[in-house]
Formats: sequence, structure tokens, C-alpha cells
Amino acid sequence: MTQKPLLTLDHLAVRFPDRQVFQDLNLTLDHGHFLSIVGENGAGKTTLIRTLLHQLKPSAGTVRFFPNRKAIKIGYVPQFRNLDKEYPLTIRDFISLNLSGIRLPWLSRKERHAINQVIQQTNLAAIAQRPLGMASGGEKQRAYLAQALVEKPNLLILDESTASLDNVMKYDLLELVKKINREQKLTVIFVTHDLPLAKQYADEFLLLQRQGYQTGPIANLPEDALVSAQHGGAAHV
Amino acid sequence: MFSLPFMQNAYLASTFIAIISGIIGVFVIARNMSFLTHTLSEIGFAGAAFGIFAGWPPLNGMLFFTIISSVIVGQLSVKADRREASISAISSLFIGLGILFLSLTDKSSSYATSILFGSIIGISRANVWQVALLSIVVLLIVAIIYRNLKFDSFDPVGARVKGLWTNTLSIIFLILLALSVSVAAQIVGSLLIFVLLTLPAASARYFAHTVSKMMLVAVILSLAGVWGGLYLGYLTNWPVSFFIATIECLFYLAALGYNRLRQG
Ligand SMILES: Nc1ncnc2c1ncn2[C@@H]1O[C@H](COP(=O)(O)OP(=O)(O)OP(=O)(O)O)[C@@H](O)[C@H]1O
Ligand SMILES: [Mg+2]
Repeated sequence: MTQKPLLTLDHLAVRFPDRQVFQDLNLTLDHGHFLSIVGENGAGKTTLIRTLLHQLKPSAGTVRFFPNRKAIKIGYVPQFRNLDKEYPLTIRDFISLNLSGIRLPWLSRKERHAINQVIQQTNLAAIAQRPLGMASGGEKQRAYLAQALVEKPNLLILDESTASLDNVMKYDLLELVKKINREQKLTVIFVTHDLPLAKQYADEFLLLQRQGYQTGPIANLPEDALVSAQHGGAAHV
Repeated sequence: MFSLPFMQNAYLASTFIAIISGIIGVFVIARNMSFLTHTLSEIGFAGAAFGIFAGWPPLNGMLFFTIISSVIVGQLSVKADRREASISAISSLFIGLGILFLSLTDKSSSYATSILFGSIIGISRANVWQVALLSIVVLLIVAIIYRNLKFDSFDPVGARVKGLWTNTLSIIFLILLALSVSVAAQIVGSLLIFVLLTLPAASARYFAHTVSKMMLVAVILSLAGVWGGLYLGYLTNWPVSFFIATIECLFYLAALGYNRLRQG
């Protein structure tokens, strides 16, 4: 018995007025899989994600979700989010922001339960009542993750969530994501510059390059896929 | 004091004003819109002057001007970098217009002072009803869009990637702000609306760390300000807005001090 994939890209192309970012991209992502998207700065990783989210229109080809886009809830942790030291909300209140829509102003018991659950899951229980502005980089990333998870997505997309983290913290975060991926069969797309990290946690990869792309099981990811990554890691600002 | 009908009216109206200022103020601060609030109050002044010129109640003139201009500002300043400049331009134009309309009317200059600095004697029972009605409308709309407004105000990046209708939300919020400005001007005057719509909420950030508690603290601080101001104004015969401004500034300084202490 073959199960439908969660998502397929079919001859997908995106171009901006001045640049063709990628073209003729074909990909299938199955339920419960962990896909890592790697590529140099400017390779088009974020552009691809935004196309998946229907924030950008492809110039050719299609993005298809199964059974349909409405049935797939996407939790997305964006690449940039500058919250300063003065950011006032507690981690808990920040997480609850994602329970949006036209609903009662106050949280229902079910919603409070969902919040408590993700707080446990992301190891934030001890600091949930503290202002997010005072949290460390790793704690902030866990709070962003928790915010994305609180709506119980079927697909979780992390765009460079480890870029600002030190070695210990980024493995902690990925351990957590992997655990949720395994235990809840949550499909994950993880965008990164960090090849060792991708190798350790992903099932498959998509390597975006200036000329074309490569994809396959993670074991086939070329060691020298990213030239810049070999010289002291991702140059990310 | 409460046996005087105009004091009853002033207390009633200012209670509504304090409640919506505290609540709307929390979003004003989160969305970094203090400067725009200031401009809207100047526009409110022009609107009131126009109202007098045209023979309307000043509040209607204010509502008319602030709502139209908040929509225009919303359109002009989707791009944040253009915002300050376009707001300054609009604000100078409207102050100019306000002065023009005032000079064109034959009403005495005391009218101008009461628009600019507020007046508690001028508040009739009918004004109170109007203020109450507008406040309830503002609160109802906030309640309906509360979750989305909260998300967009406190995590704009997250709200945008979630696909919330952030542009529509901004415009709705600007209209709510215009309503609040016009209502609050009744007591504190257009020069000082700013005080009620920004200081209590800015102070609340240091005492409370969830959106609902910030709203509660901001409402308490603005209630303390207007009630205290009315009382002191009654005792001394000095302008109420002076006391309100002073009380709110003291709260703000206290909040900063508290924050300093806590961070050691
Ligand atoms: N809205 C846009 N208009 C025009 N060009 C764009 C737009 N967004 C992105 N680009 C261009 O598309 C290319 C891909 O950008 P993208 O942000 O997808 O790269 P990325 O792989 O995510 O890079 P990074 O690793 O730095 O995050 C870049 O050359 C970028 O300048
Ligand atoms: Mg990117």
C-alpha cells in the first residue's frame, strides 16, 4: 500500500525581475520525514520556503499538498526575528500569541492545556513566566519553536534556527526537534548551512546550488556541498 | 464634590476615557506608534476647530478628521522608513489648518483653549453618553480582533508568516486609535491625549509581562491619573490636565526606577 506524500514540487521555478532563483525543481516529501534544505547564502532556501507557504507565486510549476493545502497546518519558525532585551511578554504569553483568529479574547481550558504541553515538550517549564527578552539565544529559539508547535502543525519548517546558537545549544535544539519528529510523526523541513548537523538529524536533503540542485537520502549529501561552510562555518548575519 | 452635576459628568466620562486609553495604549506602545498618536491629537485639534467653524459639535469634527487622516497615514506609511517624514508633513499641515479654522470663526479664544487643554466644565450629560457609546464600540471591536491584534502587535514577524491579514489589522487599529484620541480629547484636551494614550501603557510594561495584565495595569494607572487629576483640579482650581500629566509622569518615573532596581 502506498501512502500519499505530504507535499510534491513539480517543475517548480521562481524568478524575481532580476534573477531566476531556481527552476525545474522536483521533490517529494513524505509524511514523518525530516528534510534538510542546504545551500549557500542567496541560493534560494528562504525563497523556496516562502513559495511553499504561498507567500510567493511560482513563475512555473506547482506546489501540491495532500490531500490539500487546507488540510496541512504549517508551523513556521522564520529566519529573522529581532526581539530586543526589553521585549516584555513572558515566554508563555509569547507562545500563546499563535492561538490567533477570531476567538474569545481569553484562552479556553483546551488552549491552556495545549500551551502547557508544548512548554513541557520544549523544556521551558522552569522559565515560562520570565520575559522572553531576558532569555538566552537557545531559550529564545525554543520559545519560537514552541510557538510554532502550539497550533499542532503537520509540517514544521525551521529556517536557520540554529544560525545564532553555539554548538551545545544547536544540538540540544535539534535533539528536541528530532524527538518530536519521531514521536509524533511530525514532518520537518530544516533549512541550514550546517552540514554536520543536517547529516546527523535529517533523513534526506535538498541541496540548492547556483546551477540546479541535488536531492536524495542524507547519506548521499556531498561533503563539499558548501564551500563556505568549510571555512569556519556559516557566514551569517 | 459629587453633588455638582458637571463633576459627575466629568468623572463618568473620564472613567470611560481612562479605560480605553489604557487598553488601546498597550497596543500603541507595542506597535511603536507614540509619534503617530501625537500627530493624531494635532489632527484632532484641527478637526475640532473645523467643527466649530462649520457649526458642528467639536467631537464630530475631531472624529471626522482623525478617522480620515488615520486611513491616509495607514496608506502612506506601510513602509516604516517613510513613516516619520510623512507623519511630520501631515501633522504640520493639520496644525496649520486648525489655526486657520479657529481664526475664521467668531468664537472667542477660550474655545481654542478648551480644545487644546481640555475642559471639565464643558462636559454635558449628552457628551458622557457619546463618550460611553464610542468607548463601548472601541472595546467591542478590540474584543473581536483581540487575538489577531495581539499577535500582530507583539510579534509582527510571526503574524505575517502565519498569514494574518496584517494590513487590514493596521487600518482597523488606526481607526480605533482615531476614535480613542477623539474621545480622550474631551477631558485632557488635544495637547495631552498623548499622555493618557502612551504613558500608562509604557509604565505598565515594567510592572506586567502578559498582554492582559499590561492592559489591567495601564487602565489602573490611567484611572488613578484622571480621578486624581479631577479631584486635585477641583480642590485647587488649577487645570485638570496639568495634574493628569504630572501624575502619569510620576508613574512613568516610578516604573523606570522599579525596573532599574529589579535589574540591580
Ligand atoms: N523579494 C525579492 N525580490 C527580489 N529578489 C529577491 C527577493 N527575495 C530574495 N531575493 C533574491 O533571491 C535570492 C535568494 O534569496 P533567499 O533569501 O531565498 O536565499 P537564502 O538561500 O535563504 O539565503 P540565506 O542563506 O542568506 O538565508 C537572493 O539573490 C536574493 O537577493
Ligand atoms: Mg534564508
